[in-house]
Amino acid sequence: MSLNINNLHVKLEDEDKQILKGVTLEVPAGEVHAIMGPNGSGKSTLSYVLSGRDGYEVTEGSATLDGADLLAMEPEERAAAGLFLAFQYPVEIPGVGNMTFLRTALNAQRKARGEEELSSGDFLKLVREKAKTLKIDAEMLKRPVNVGFSGGEKKRNEILQMAMLEPRMCILDETDSGLDVDAMRLVADGVNALRSPERSFLVITHYQRLLDHIRPDVVHIMSNGRIIKTGGPELAIEVEQNGYGDLLAEVG
Amino acid sequence: MADTAVLAAGAKPAAKTGAGDAVLAARLDALDLPVGGFTAAARKDAAARLQAMGLPGARDEYWRYTNPAPFNAPLPEALAYTSRESSLFDGIDRLKLVFVDGVFDAAASDPLTGEGMQIDILSTADAGPAHWAGDLYGKLETSGQTPVKRPFAVLNTLAAQDGVLIRVTGKVARPVHILYRRDGQATDVHVHHVIRLEPGAELTLLETGGIGARSNTVTEVEIGKGARFHHIASKRADDAKLGIGHIFARVGEGALFKSFSLAVNGRVMRNEGVIEIVGDDAVAHIAAAVLGDGNEGAFHHDDTVFIAHAAERCESRQVYKKVLKNGAEGIFQGKILVKPGAQKTDGYQISQGLLLDEGSQFLAKPELEIYADDVKCSHGSTTGALDETALFYLRSRGVPKEQAIVLLVLSFLADALDEIEDERLRDDILTRLDEWLTSRAKG
Ligand SMILES: Nc1ncnc2c1ncn2[C@@H]1O[C@H](COP(=O)(O)OP(=O)(O)O)[C@@H](O)[C@H]1O
Ligand SMILES: [Mg+2]
Repeated sequence: MSLNINNLHVKLEDEDKQILKGVTLEVPAGEVHAIMGPNGSGKSTLSYVLSGRDGYEVTEGSATLDGADLLAMEPEERAAAGLFLAFQYPVEIPGVGNMTFLRTALNAQRKARGEEELSSGDFLKLVREKAKTLKIDAEMLKRPVNVGFSGGEKKRNEILQMAMLEPRMCILDETDSGLDVDAMRLVADGVNALRSPERSFLVITHYQRLLDHIRPDVVHIMSNGRIIKTGGPELAIEVEQNGYGDLLAEVG
Repeated sequence: MADTAVLAAGAKPAAKTGAGDAVLAARLDALDLPVGGFTAAARKDAAARLQAMGLPGARDEYWRYTNPAPFNAPLPEALAYTSRESSLFDGIDRLKLVFVDGVFDAAASDPLTGEGMQIDILSTADAGPAHWAGDLYGKLETSGQTPVKRPFAVLNTLAAQDGVLIRVTGKVARPVHILYRRDGQATDVHVHHVIRLEPGAELTLLETGGIGARSNTVTEVEIGKGARFHHIASKRADDAKLGIGHIFARVGEGALFKSFSLAVNGRVMRNEGVIEIVGDDAVAHIAAAVLGDGNEGAFHHDDTVFIAHAAERCESRQVYKKVLKNGAEGIFQGKILVKPGAQKTDGYQISQGLLLDEGSQFLAKPELEIYADDVKCSHGSTTGALDETALFYLRSRGVPKEQAIVLLVLSFLADALDEIEDERLRDDILTRLDEWLTSRAKG
């Protein structure tokens, strides 16, 4: 799937605060793009706006998924269209079992696409298999969504959802933060297993180290609501070595 | 609301806080009061007690949040009969007892025999002068009148037309299911059940259906040493237009009392739970899940609970969850009283309102009164809206908004539903709730 973001301007709905100030970005099908940038530059906001969270107002620009107007869709329609956001802060939902959550989501998407719902037997088989590769144990699947999960467990749970839902445009918002080396490798392997010519990724991260495992085709640097520089993987190494200082100075 | 209630009840509020003698006289006048056989003395006593206490007025502290006027009115509003009968618990092997307009219907019921229990029907048994239930009829109700007066329970003891009397001597695996049906339009129904569990006995009691246009129920439960009593009551929109229900329980040593009620719409409902824990090491849990939609008529649901600990090492839990929308009102008044000497009491109470819009309201009045020093008691109450972040999270995974709300509502209710021990019964309730919420979400 290809994602096209053009001159996107976003402000907070309740406040006169402009956060995205003209973001232009294209992720062609099958590519992995990374977005790096200092805290507060608007990376999470971009991911939320693309997935349809309330509280933001698009004042200018567009975002399309394979040509379809993303911004006109409800969040669930975006998901059914193939978009997935791995949250920077996965949400806890007490009282809703992880399994119920996964099955409800999967079947809702299948239904929206006119496919048959998965039988509980097939679903169980699928979820067990995917959970195993992510080292998510049965106990975690039984618990309420993300409740009592460690930081790393929450992030792995996001990847499990991604693996189950098989989206074709995946946005990962700092999925690596708070992970130890082993957990990061698990997450990276999970992502790499999903790489395919139809599937695209937008990986938001602070650190080069994740990009050692998930090799990006293109790296974008975001600052103050704009993409200030785009380059190859070497750009991530430059940031790792020199910080954002030089880049920010470059654009003035 | 408070003032109009007094006016509507036609009372002259003076020194008395109650509704006034004229209101009570008119109320009693409209009723056909049975003389009773084995209950005769209890009914006579109830008449005297009721004269002394009067019906509640809107100024009564205990009726602060619920207007007693519609319960005080001599006649109930007529109620169109809808024949939709609940199929809840249909798949479960149980003994069915059918009441139509508050009167036992033998032809529609199962035979009154079950292993480990003796079942009698109040109206039949009350033709005779003596019955084992004579020791209990009106007795637990009377002891539940302290420290607060519950005039409608007294009225019930005085006026009850019918009910079941169950004496449980063994572990009864098959639940007893009381199905209420309505036939008449303006029925004013008083039903009174008496249940005694002998030491070591066990019973599950289910109640579903519409009792009457205006209903008043009293259930008195005596739970002997080591006995276990499970109770599930369910009321739906057309079942419960105007009702007041009471459960009075006395829980003995090492015994268990668990009561769960479900209310899905309706109009004005007041449920009073009065539980006295009298034996050491006993457990008493009472819980409710309530769903109210003000668009289907003014919804007002009041749960008023009083749990008294009079023994050592006992545990009590109150779990109340109310989901309210379109101007619906949810009330919870809950008290834990720990009497002197009731050491090592573990008392817990939670009441929560989930408001699906700004017009609805949830009011809670939690109270703790503790006269022992080595106890653990806690209570909490919250009122909140749907968690928008969780809603977005679900939708971002492709779950449509309406379905996501259903999931979140069910998750909100989960703690209350968890109070149902029997998995089959819990699943039945859960499935029904899910269906109901889903059908509403679309409409
Ligand atoms: N809902 C919000 N309310 C107030 N400020 C917000 C909100 N969302 C984002 N912001 C602000 O917008 C800016 C960008 O935030 P964010 O998108 O989280 O950045 P990043 O993910 O790059 O760290 C920050 O200054 C942040 O404080
Ligand atoms: Mg962020």
